[in-house]
Amino acid sequence: MIGKPAGESRFGHARHVVRVAVLFASGFVTFLLVRQALVPADFGAYGFYRGGALGDAASLPITFAGQAACVDCHDAVVQARHGSKHERVRCEACHGALAQHASGDVAAKPKTLNPRTLCLTCHVKSSGKPEGFPQIVPADHAEEGPCTACHQPHAPRIG
Amino acid sequence: MDQDRRDFLLNAGKLIVLTGAASLAWDSVLAGTPETAPNYRATDHWWGMIIDIDECIGCGNCVRACKAENHVPTDEPGCYRTWVERYQVPVDDLDRPRVDSPNGGYDGFPVIDQPGEGIKSFFVPKLCNHCVHSPCVQVCPVGATFDGPDGVVLIDKSRCVGCRYCVQACPYGCRFIDPRTKTADKCTLCYHRITKGLTTACCEACPTGARQLVDLKNPKDPVHEFLRTHKVHVLKPHMATGAKVYYNALDGAVR
Amino acid sequence: MPGVDGFIYPNEVELQWSILIVLYPFLTGLVAGAFILASLERVFNVAAVKPTYRLALLTALSFLLVAPLPLQMHLGHPERAFEMLLTPHRESAMAMFGFVYLWYLMAVLVLEIWFDYRKDLVLARRASTGWKRRFYGPLTLWSDDISERALALDDRIGRTITIIGVPSAFLLHGYVGFIFGSIKANPWWSTPLMPVVFLFSAIVSGIAAVMVLYMVFCRLRHVSMDMLCLDTIARYLFFAFLIDFSLEMLDLIHRLYEADESLRALDFMVRTKLLVSHIVVQIGLGTFVPIALLALTFAVRFRDRVRIGIYATAGLLTLIGIFAMRWNVVIGGQLFSKSFLGYTTYKLGFATREGLLPAILIMLLPFVFLAVLVRVLPPWTEGAKEATAKV
Repeated sequence: MIGKPAGESRFGHARHVVRVAVLFASGFVTFLLVRQALVPADFGAYGFYRGGALGDAASLPITFAGQAACVDCHDAVVQARHGSKHERVRCEACHGALAQHASGDVAAKPKTLNPRTLCLTCHVKSSGKPEGFPQIVPADHAEEGPCTACHQPHAPRIG
Repeated sequence: MDQDRRDFLLNAGKLIVLTGAASLAWDSVLAGTPETAPNYRATDHWWGMIIDIDECIGCGNCVRACKAENHVPTDEPGCYRTWVERYQVPVDDLDRPRVDSPNGGYDGFPVIDQPGEGIKSFFVPKLCNHCVHSPCVQVCPVGATFDGPDGVVLIDKSRCVGCRYCVQACPYGCRFIDPRTKTADKCTLCYHRITKGLTTACCEACPTGARQLVDLKNPKDPVHEFLRTHKVHVLKPHMATGAKVYYNALDGAVR
Repeated sequence: MPGVDGFIYPNEVELQWSILIVLYPFLTGLVAGAFILASLERVFNVAAVKPTYRLALLTALSFLLVAPLPLQMHLGHPERAFEMLLTPHRESAMAMFGFVYLWYLMAVLVLEIWFDYRKDLVLARRASTGWKRRFYGPLTLWSDDISERALALDDRIGRTITIIGVPSAFLLHGYVGFIFGSIKANPWWSTPLMPVVFLFSAIVSGIAAVMVLYMVFCRLRHVSMDMLCLDTIARYLFFAFLIDFSLEMLDLIHRLYEADESLRALDFMVRTKLLVSHIVVQIGLGTFVPIALLALTFAVRFRDRVRIGIYATAGLLTLIGIFAMRWNVVIGGQLFSKSFLGYTTYKLGFATREGLLPAILIMLLPFVFLAVLVRVLPPWTEGAKEATAKV
């Protein structure tokens, strides 16, 4: 037996109940302490989330440079595209992701583009494309030949 | 987490909202915004997107660009932050469209020479709608997915427990579990780009301008005029999610 | 794509919630149901079911201890699961799970069992020596007072806990229904009836489980079964079943009548992909047959042996049927695309983390726990006498 006999103890016959209560209370306090220790300090700063998550999401590396970066250096191309049908097509839509190249990395050369498959990606005739969008049936239009034989990609209109 | 790192992240978070100066966390900016490194104040922005069905040609550039920019798995099933669906709607049976999305549109779509009699056909790019009243944010049990002050719904990969409740709750099917991290994943609206003044990878790669990032809080953004002059629609409006991806010329058959 | 019919959103190809998530509501349902049966005696003074009172509590505890296991095995990051307690998102039903579970486990079930068994534990401690005595020490919280007044206090507290426990049991399983029922994105799940349906099917499964376990234990102990007890339990099972069935029929009729955009896709799914699990197993074998069998025992006066056979059959079929119901809700809700234009398939592995083998082992584990608990906390007085006599 632990403690005094029931008649002498302050809680009398409810001693065991008090022990249960103490056990639960200490469990609750432990929980609060653990919570204090484990929850990141910036949790709840801007909403119900860890504030630093915004910074985490914003600090990932970039793969596409963005049109502005290309325009910075490639003046001649900008001139060539001026007024052409492809003017609204951004550079990396055809040339692929080039942030590495734009950052000045000499080793990161833009890939050579296939002068047929690339063009056909957009321009092959297929159901679903909007009316008025220029499409060709490959078999009827210059068979296997490269599109660049006749069309200048930066200013594709002939004549 | 040790004190230094905790302090660092707290300060990073504060900088974004309070002073807006490009913080230490952004020193991995490679290109795109040279001398004009932006001061980004989250509360100055309210991001969304406009998708113009009349312009989409189903080339799949956006799907490929997203996977490249965000390093989304390409060899695992069901990992798409954005995808394109092709609809072929029989005009006499509008309730039963034929829809396909081969590999999410990553390799484009198989050519259909003849649309067929009485068939209306078009492409629909889809992505996370960054809902204002997002059901995925509502159900996340640990505060791992959240809507930030600038209207972008993000995922804190360090807190996600992978319970998949958010994937169940999204009406649009835009969420998935990244098999590498075993956490939820989805379109982040290229948060790492838009906070630097760049546009999203999908919008950058789109050759026709069918996809356009918009900032609804920017009075000079062309979105305001666009919304005024076009009939736009969001996906599943009856779900009242407050979706912020506005579709122009969205057909009623789109699911 | 193999396994896919029609069009599904590209991210929907694999199911998110597996058989482990089917197990979870099944297990917590048994807990809630067993507790409700126990409360029949304690709170509603249905004396006839007293022989199953302690067994029902121990059954509830065994299943409750195992219930988090399938969830843990399913999580992408089980080591972060405690985050649900540290930063629970109050808008999320799942977050509230951690606290409802803890409340029910600690403040209701464990306390009730402790207050009911304390006298036996104290007696066992007094009668044992060595390591056994040390084992019973913390179990009794080193109390030794089993005077009239102390026991009367225990009884009052126990009764209060049970009264609190009944709505707590409703909450424990009702919110599982709410976890599904509140998902507006999924029309198979989204209905205000879901928590109620889950709750009543839980009560049905819990009552059936305790009934079957009681019969099994009587056989194992070579003790004759209390037929009044069994007949009473069977009656409660029958009426709970009628309510449960009515609720499910209400849901079905409502869907068919309103015929909203999801009906065509869901109807097709039930008639093809869920034909066996829903129509044959859940409704046929798991509902109609047990209800008919139980109704038969009211209409015809069978001998004891026959009634025992009928009850055992009805009980087992009920358990299978309620499991099928959980399967049909969880798995069924993920087989159809949210585009309503296609379906995918559930690929159930065997010896994988969320496969059939772990599911079977998890289902067996509560019985292992129960076997241990029945030793340490014997539910029957003869057993207790034996335990003290042996020492």
